[in-house]
Formats: sequence, C-alpha cells, structure tokens
Amino acid sequence: MRFSGLRVLREGLTGNKGWAPHWRDPEPKADYDAVIIGGGGHGLSTAYYLAKNHGMTNIAVLEKGYIGSGNIGRNTTIVRANYFLPGNSEFYSHSLKLWEGLEDELNYNIMHSQRGLINLFHSDGQRDAFVRRGNAMAAQGDDAVLLDRDGVRKYLPYLDFDNVRFPIYGGLLHPRGGTARHDAVAWGYARGADARGVDLVQNCEVTGIDIENGVVRGVQTSRGAIRAKKVAIVTAGRSGQVAAMAGMRLPIESHILQAFVTEGLKPCIDHVVSFGMGHFYISQSDKGGLVFGGDLDFHASYAQRGNLPMAEHVMEAGMTLMPMIGKAKVLRSWGGIMDMTPDGSPIIDKTDTDGLFLDCGWCYGGFKAVPGSGYALAHLMATGESHETARGFRLDRFRTGRGLIDEEGTGSQHNLH
Amino acid sequence: MRLTCPICGERDRREFYYQGDAVALRRPAPDAGDDPWADYVHLRDNPAGETRDLWQHDGGCGAWVVVTRNTVTHEVLATVLAEDAARARS
Repeated sequence: MRFSGLRVLREGLTGNKGWAPHWRDPEPKADYDAVIIGGGGHGLSTAYYLAKNHGMTNIAVLEKGYIGSGNIGRNTTIVRANYFLPGNSEFYSHSLKLWEGLEDELNYNIMHSQRGLINLFHSDGQRDAFVRRGNAMAAQGDDAVLLDRDGVRKYLPYLDFDNVRFPIYGGLLHPRGGTARHDAVAWGYARGADARGVDLVQNCEVTGIDIENGVVRGVQTSRGAIRAKKVAIVTAGRSGQVAAMAGMRLPIESHILQAFVTEGLKPCIDHVVSFGMGHFYISQSDKGGLVFGGDLDFHASYAQRGNLPMAEHVMEAGMTLMPMIGKAKVLRSWGGIMDMTPDGSPIIDKTDTDGLFLDCGWCYGGFKAVPGSGYALAHLMATGESHETARGFRLDRFRTGRGLIDEEGTGSQHNLH
Repeated sequence: MRLTCPICGERDRREFYYQGDAVALRRPAPDAGDDPWADYVHLRDNPAGETRDLWQHDGGCGAWVVVTRNTVTHEVLATVLAEDAARARS
C-alpha cells in the first residue's frame, strides 16, 4: 500500500474502504537470525536498517506493550544536530541527514518540520561559548547562524528581552533544526520494517536472555522461548533490568523527565526555542498545543510521573522567558524514564557476551537520534564493526576513562546530567 | 515527594540535594584496583522498586541522609543519618 495525495483523494471519494493495517501482527517464530528487544523508535529503526542495508530479514522486534507506547510516543519531538564534541557531532549530523530523507524513503508523513531552532544566550561568556559551538557545527558541515539581540527579536518578538536576571543578548540559530511527529516516526519505521519481512511481535515481554559459554542463544519471553543468533537490548529506561537478565550491570541510572502540553492555540511560536539558563524549551505542535519541558527531576525514578518542584520550575522559567504564555491552560503532563549515563552520552556497543549488543544511554535526547542510532546499531550487528558515526559510543569508556563524551562539561558522574 | 530528615523532620524534596545510589557507603579500599573502583564510580543496580540513595539536607541542617524508597511509587520507606548507616555496616 503506497501513500500519496492521489490515494487520499481516491479513498476519500470511495468511503475509505481501501486502507489496510500498516503492519502484520505475527506470532513469534521459534528461531531468528536476530532479535531486537524493545519496539521503540531505536529498536524499530534498527530492524528497518538491518533489513534494508544488510539484507537481514529473518529478524524480530519484541515489544512488551504496543508499538509507540513508550517514550517514542511521548516526547517533545525535537530534531537537531547542534552538538559540539567529536563523537557526538558526526553522529547527530548523520542522523539529521537521515531525517531529511525519511519521509520519501518510508513513504510516510512524519511531519518533519525544519522550522529552525534558536538557543538563547544571556551574557558575553555564553555568547563566546555559542560562537564556538556554531563554528563546531559549521566545521561538521551543518548550519549555524549567530543572531544578535535584534536578530532574535526579528524571529521571536514575544520574548521578554529585558528580563532583569536573564536579559537576551542573542541566540544561535540552527535553521535545519525542528520537530517531527513522534509516533508517526515509530509507525513509519514499523511499516518499513514489516514490509521487508521483519516480525514485529507486540505484547511480548522478554523475561530472560539465554547465554551458553559466553554466547547468546536466544531469549525467554511471555510468549515462549525464541532462539536467536544475535540479540540487541534497545530498551531505554528499562535497560538496567534487561541487562541484568544477561548478568550485566550498566553505567546507567534511570531518571524522570517531565514534559507538558497546553490546549490548542492559534499559531504563535514558529520555532523551537531553547532557554538553557532556565532549563526550558518550547515549540508549538501542528495541532496548536504548546509543547514544553525542562530538566530532569534529578533523582532515580521509574514512576513515569513527575514531581511538583520541577513542574513549578518549568512553568516559572516559561513565564520568565515569554510572559505571553501565562494564560494558556496546561492540558496534560507526563514523565518518561530516561536512561542516564554518567557523561550524558549514549552507548552503542557489543557486550562481553558474543552476539549480545547494547543500545542505550540516550539520556533525554533519544528522539533525534532514532534514525542514526538504528543505522549504526544495524551496522554493528551485521558487520561486527562500529559504524563510523558511532565509534565514540563505547561501553568501556567509563571503565578506562578514555573517550568520555561530556557534552555539558560538568563531569562524568551520575547525578550531573 | 517529601523526605523525613532524621534531625529536622519531614520536609519538601526541594530542601535536599540528591547524590545518587547509597553506594558511597561501600567505598572500595584505595588500593582495591581498577575494576572495583570503576564499578563503584559508574555501575548501578538501578532497581525498579526499592532502592537506597544518598541525599543531603542542604536547605536545612546539612546532614547526609540514606533514604530507602520505592522508585516506582515514590513511597519513602525509611530515612536514617548516613553516619548511623555507615556505623551499622562496620
């Protein structure tokens, strides 16, 4: 089934009777070449690229809930490539390029909108840091434009420029940054993987990982045992529990990140605006809701709901930056479980068990990484070699201290990112 | 979430600084070698359920407190001064 404007028109005129489910609902087979634990964005894109780039189609994605039920269906949808450090820069640059071709490639409307992302700064020192970051982005081949105060005013006239504590000095504009519809990304990858023969097995919880003599043999699940030559753990906030099934402890602590959305409003915020000093960022969805969030609650949690202190902090930061949103009513909030690493950067690597792979530690930035992460993990699983864009994301960097990627420059320690 | 400081009583979570897993009470010996130290600094059980972590009442008396709580429900089960917890271990 191919989607097109013509098709929508024809279906509309003929009672919408021609639409079919976007993917099958198969029973798990007894044996696969590879099994991916976790049907979130990263797991689905991994399956898609294993099939498309490496011709591996006898594979399954095992999802304990339904496709799109985790963080991929609940996040603030920002897509960008404005990283600074080697290790991150080339990875996110590659991921953004994949995003830019994704709708055509998947024949799926993921509503990718490169509306521009503006990171604000409020002092001379911060300006210097953003000049440096912008140069790093340009050196990587991506786009960055330094805006002075009047430049920001042209784009974002509604900000409080003369705030006493954080007057706006300017901003770094990343024109190719923007948003995408989060669950459509999961659906698009799911459909693409399914069309290439990948089994997407929902309501299938992995309860054990079978290992013999240091080699992975398969998994135990709520729907029976499944043998597999290769197994990848792609379970975000739950990585610790799944890795424990393989006898591993990870350099990960799971934290809660909250986000909020208001009632639908007429278009007023045309970009993604990031107010780092207040730990606040915001965009407006195509449906009209203001989607915004802040920092972690900063304590280990799996509650999937936040605490009041950070909710209050985020609202205060929003009112500080753009008082005009004060009358908008918050419709709902949610808390996602974030797999936080000590240095704030992810892991895509082999493990000490042959055939067992790990893709985790995306902290609060996993959404934009969905294409790049799947691409790199698929490459690693198929070839045994790290993809050139993901060579820095090694598991052993914490043990050796070599190659830590501390983008925030705050240190490699669990409670700092 | 509210935490009970053993010295000051029940207080808002905002008065406390979160350090992390109470692993600090099991600090390896200085000459224990690379692996125990790498584990101590980075690796975590990260349980979904009951955990023990270390908080400082920095908006109050400054005491270090070991909090036993549930990471799924945010229920706080027990709080004890870190020095008492450390003494109980030794």
